[in-house]
Amino acid sequence: MVESVKDRVVRIVAEQALLEPADISMDQTLEELSIDSMALVEAIFAIEEEFDISVPFNANEPEKSSFDISSVATIVAAVETLVKEQSG
Amino acid sequence: MRRVVITGAGTINPLGHSVAATFEAMREGRCGIGPLDIRDVDRLSIKIGGQVKDYTPDDRFNRQQQALYDRFTQFTMIAAKEAIEQSGLEFAGSLAAEAGVVLGTSGGGLTTQDENYRAVYEEGKNRVHPFIVPKLMNNAAASHVSMTWNLKGPSFTVATACASSNHAMGQAFWLVRNGAARAMVTGGSESMLCFGGVKAWEGLRVMSRDACRPFSANRNGMVQGEGAGVFVFEDYEHANARGADILCEVAGFSMTSDAADIVMPSQQGAARAIAGALRDARISPSDVGYINAHGTGTTANDKTECAAVANVLGSHADKVMISSTKSMHGHLIGGTGAVELLAVVMALKDGIIAPTIGYEDPDPECALDVVPNEAREADISYALSNAFAFGGLNAVLALKKI
Repeated sequence: MVESVKDRVVRIVAEQALLEPADISMDQTLEELSIDSMALVEAIFAIEEEFDISVPFNANEPEKSSFDISSVATIVAAVETLVKEQSG
Repeated sequence: MRRVVITGAGTINPLGHSVAATFEAMREGRCGIGPLDIRDVDRLSIKIGGQVKDYTPDDRFNRQQQALYDRFTQFTMIAAKEAIEQSGLEFAGSLAAEAGVVLGTSGGGLTTQDENYRAVYEEGKNRVHPFIVPKLMNNAAASHVSMTWNLKGPSFTVATACASSNHAMGQAFWLVRNGAARAMVTGGSESMLCFGGVKAWEGLRVMSRDACRPFSANRNGMVQGEGAGVFVFEDYEHANARGADILCEVAGFSMTSDAADIVMPSQQGAARAIAGALRDARISPSDVGYINAHGTGTTANDKTECAAVANVLGSHADKVMISSTKSMHGHLIGGTGAVELLAVVMALKDGIIAPTIGYEDPDPECALDVVPNEAREADISYALSNAFAFGGLNAVLALKKI
């Protein structure tokens, strides 16, 4: 079975949070998962590598980015959008 | 303990190829940041930087020199020549034995590394030029200064990322103050604006794509620069006895470590360094007229730095002027403290405070007098220069008007 975008993002987030993917719930915030600013840029890098996409994100103004990091669910949705936009 | 004064200054940086040109640009609030002109810039997402412009190595160095001088060494040699000539010192006999050079750099010969990794990995070459090692080593610049001007005392290179130059100048200050040297050539240099250098910084996602706007609410990151600043630090008695022109006095120095995080700055670490410099210079917060800020233009640095300044200076923080000249020349990484010390020299010697340009919106977390956009005239007696590096290594210098 092909791993879904959601499963792949959750796997990356879980790795940074030092948790198992099964322990991640979609409504959790990065803060709740103890993902700090460094873990966040590592996760974004891992997402870019995993999906071969470019994620627009500047750590100085996260709120201005279209890449919404407010929860695991918003990150999954943002990645799905970017994959669609940047495929082919 | 001996008093230490500055008797020479030199530079090449995005604002100019000399101290006079740099002072003029700082007075006018000119911006030296623009589109990057480097190989493969189309593969970068960050396409701006503070490059040294209108610079042709052939005009300054012969072929043999260029085979040994990486761009960071070239910048150092140009700045050192200007500084040593201004000082009027000639290093011979016992003075040569009691004079050295301590310089800061973070990346050293990074351009040389970049070009030669390209040659062997990308182009598949199996041979590189025989002098790559002596060209890229971090101490190449210090060694060439020592060799060219016959400096036979203590010489070394300091690499503490963005605080390299301040740490280097602090060591030079101590060597002269302790009597271990009569004169020290000191400062720093950086040339990281090559494809690999910028690509590495992109990864951290702290770089701005449009401008460096320190302390402004809409700041969105740092912009890299390149260049060098070099000074002659000299024993006051020695300088006075020979009737040298004195630019200002180095009054104090302090360094601290956050012992906390590899990239996030600490208010306590910065505050301890600022307080330490005041203590070392035996001055009180109200003596400080100007602070040249580290002021990188990142969210984290600027608010942390302002909080640290407010914490140490107390109510005087509302009266002190604090500006970041990185808004004009960018962040010269290991060379940045040296070029920024020029703004301090200008403030003390000429009574002109360099502005923070690109300032657009006040940030309540940076509610200090950041000398927005226009230089200002002011008669001040003491100034500080801050540098806070990745890795939590802080270095603050205190300077005094003579």
